[in-house]
Amino acid sequence: MNEELNAYLKKIKINKIKIIVFQLLIISLFIIIWQLLSDKNIINSFLCSSPKNVIKTVIKLYNDNNLFIHIWITLKEILISFILGSFIGIFIAAILWFNPFLSKVLDPYLTILNSLPKVALGPIIIIWAGANQNSIILMALLISVISTIIGVYTGFKHTNETSIKLLKSFNANKIQIFNKVVLPYNINTIVSAIKINLSMTFVGVIIGELLVSKEGLGYLINYGSQVFNTSLVMTGIILLAILTSILYFIILYIEKKLKNA
Amino acid sequence: MLLKINNLEKNYINKKEVICALKDINLSVYKNEFITIIGPSGCGKSTILSIIGGLEEKSSGNVIFKNKVKVGYMFQEDALLPWLTVFENCILGLKIQKQNNRDNISYVNKLLKKYGLYEFKNSYPKELSGGMRQRCALIRTLALKPDILLLDEPFSALDYQTRIKVSDDVYKIIKDENKTAIMVTHDIGEAISMADKVIVLSKRPAVIKNEYEIILDKKRIPSLNKKDINFNKYYDLIWKDLDYNE
Repeated sequence: MNEELNAYLKKIKINKIKIIVFQLLIISLFIIIWQLLSDKNIINSFLCSSPKNVIKTVIKLYNDNNLFIHIWITLKEILISFILGSFIGIFIAAILWFNPFLSKVLDPYLTILNSLPKVALGPIIIIWAGANQNSIILMALLISVISTIIGVYTGFKHTNETSIKLLKSFNANKIQIFNKVVLPYNINTIVSAIKINLSMTFVGVIIGELLVSKEGLGYLINYGSQVFNTSLVMTGIILLAILTSILYFIILYIEKKLKNA
Repeated sequence: MLLKINNLEKNYINKKEVICALKDINLSVYKNEFITIIGPSGCGKSTILSIIGGLEEKSSGNVIFKNKVKVGYMFQEDALLPWLTVFENCILGLKIQKQNNRDNISYVNKLLKKYGLYEFKNSYPKELSGGMRQRCALIRTLALKPDILLLDEPFSALDYQTRIKVSDDVYKIIKDENKTAIMVTHDIGEAISMADKVIVLSKRPAVIKNEYEIILDKKRIPSLNKKDINFNKYYDLIWKDLDYNE
């Protein structure tokens, strides 16, 4: 019996290692082929850059004391919009739950705002909020808040009926029903809404930075393309990918902690 | 007498029509009585409980409680909140009504001990069996010291064997704690074996079709009452009442 179990566990472990090896293999192959192709001049390294050039660019940015400034600016904008967006989204969803009449009145507006490509609002936001960080944060908020509201509110609305009936049988008021049942019942919904919110915030911040910024990773990408420095563009994209994954894994970690608690 | 219902009527209104669910319902509930209400499904038997429990408005008629009579509800699903422990679930009602004082908490602990849940006090509902969950739900209701318990098909989510065992348990607890109960069910055997009085409702609009005082040779727990010599007599009568409705 024990042997069988051990064999099974071993099989799972080997499979896990295999998956990681292949995952690493893909990224290494990608980098190696990219480098080889540009070394052999099969692809134009002026247009496509190369891993070596990206590393050089990173080192240059670091030596000019610019690297962490750009990362920090973008990170700061993301964190501010993400935290604000999550709170505002959940708060408005709660208000809608408390007030079904209001939620019915606002329903078509939410739907329209949700399907409207928020990028279209970019120019007007810049005119109103100025060509500064406020515009970037506003852009990110616009993109993330609506979907958070809709996601969380839908969850609130589908809270188990019997649980609500139970609380009513205790003569609970609406605030008690919300705190004791609706909110805890929807922890998972809220966590997944927050996860989507994070990716939406990234989109919003980068669009904002492409439109107005003087610093940040979006600025690096935009500036790089204007001066035809593809290495800078690639560096910006790669740094962005790394930043996204780090934040995503932090959220996953928090989610895991919440589930075990 | 704890509760008197006079000419209770309930209409449901939707866009197309007004549906009469309950009509001319008259009922008196005395202390320590166990009343079961039986009727075809969808006839509105649960609505009576909802109206008594204040979860739904009546259309007309009177529901008169004796002074300070409190009601407690038990549902078809146990409705235990999965993120709370057994103990936290049991004191939920007390907390909401801000009555979680030492006396009431110790009463809950006493109930948990008496009905074999004390050692599971810090477990979560998913770790309990179906029967234990229903006992937990009952203790949660009893914690508020209601005079009348409203049981809305409390066993229908359980499998057959658990159901028989849990009906015995719940019956004993209700009798032990000297409670009055009104239970809705669609199971004839359950209705007779638990009740002092069975009320048979007709199909929609539900009126009281028949009332039976259940007089058994020897009143015991439900599973044994089903073996009583008088049991089958009532079973046949009620069967006919319900059958006639088809």
